[in-house]
Amino acid sequence: MTSSYREGARRIAALTPAALSFGAAFGVLAGANGIDATAAIVMSATTFAGAAQFAAISVLHDGGTVAAAVAAAVLLNARYLAISLAIAPSFDGSRLRRLFESQLIVDESWAVSQVGRGRVDKRVLVGAGLVLYPFWVAGTVIGALAGNVLADPKALGFDGALPALFLALLVAQLVDRRSKVAALLGGAIALVLIPFTPAGVPVIAAATVCLWGLRR
Amino acid sequence: MSDAWIVVILVGAFTIAFKAAGPVLLGGRALPARLTGAVELLAPSLLAALVVTQAVGGMREIVLDARLAGVAAGAVAIWLRAPLIVVIVVAALATALVRLV
Repeated sequence: MTSSYREGARRIAALTPAALSFGAAFGVLAGANGIDATAAIVMSATTFAGAAQFAAISVLHDGGTVAAAVAAAVLLNARYLAISLAIAPSFDGSRLRRLFESQLIVDESWAVSQVGRGRVDKRVLVGAGLVLYPFWVAGTVIGALAGNVLADPKALGFDGALPALFLALLVAQLVDRRSKVAALLGGAIALVLIPFTPAGVPVIAAATVCLWGLRR
Repeated sequence: MSDAWIVVILVGAFTIAFKAAGPVLLGGRALPARLTGAVELLAPSLLAALVVTQAVGGMREIVLDARLAGVAAGAVAIWLRAPLIVVIVVAALATALVRLV
């Protein structure tokens, strides 16, 4: 059993430098925008979703209202509602345990724990999330308190590694004609919507493709 | 309370609720049969959208930059059946190199 927690840790290990580096970038950006270090660290520890955190801080920085910042982040994270409902059957144990383990759902942990047919191996997901989480939070602490001491994630090419990771995991999902059509439609919808909608909407809109699979 | 703290608390509360909704409310129970077909297609549609938004997404614009080199190099590694860690490292290296030149 522990082997599948370990399996999750093993699969996500390559992403730990990216998590540390992006976490630090978030801490630095928050500091540059006048957000105190404690708030930035609390956000990484509770929200634990990179894109939404960057989006919320950026909106505030650009003079946006609190409502606009929250809306941007909530839109970006709405996909987690779909993911959380879809993989609910894999979560067992007490309600409290399910609450804590569910917080380890992030794109990366969800993606690497796929076992096909839309299901995930919960232990792999939790193992992967438990490894990513401390790197993300520690990165934020370093960035918020020490400033620009770590290399910029973009200089290290980590922003190009993420889509490649998702591509690798997508390829493994293309098992039949329906999944290939769903992937093509999802990708096309996201591409078309990027210029016209706030960040987050393209991904949620693409996810609605799955409703095509509803049994009639 | 500062604006930043209000944002931190509200975004945190929404995100925790989103992530917890399925496992806490439905955890362990099988989904209704009607939904299983939809759940099967969530991974391919969502992963494809993540590939696209992470590769070319910008602030309401398509941005073609060094990330594309990373995805292309990653795709070659995937095609050669390289392990995941190799795909990630190759993609990061290609992105960093193209950005350097």
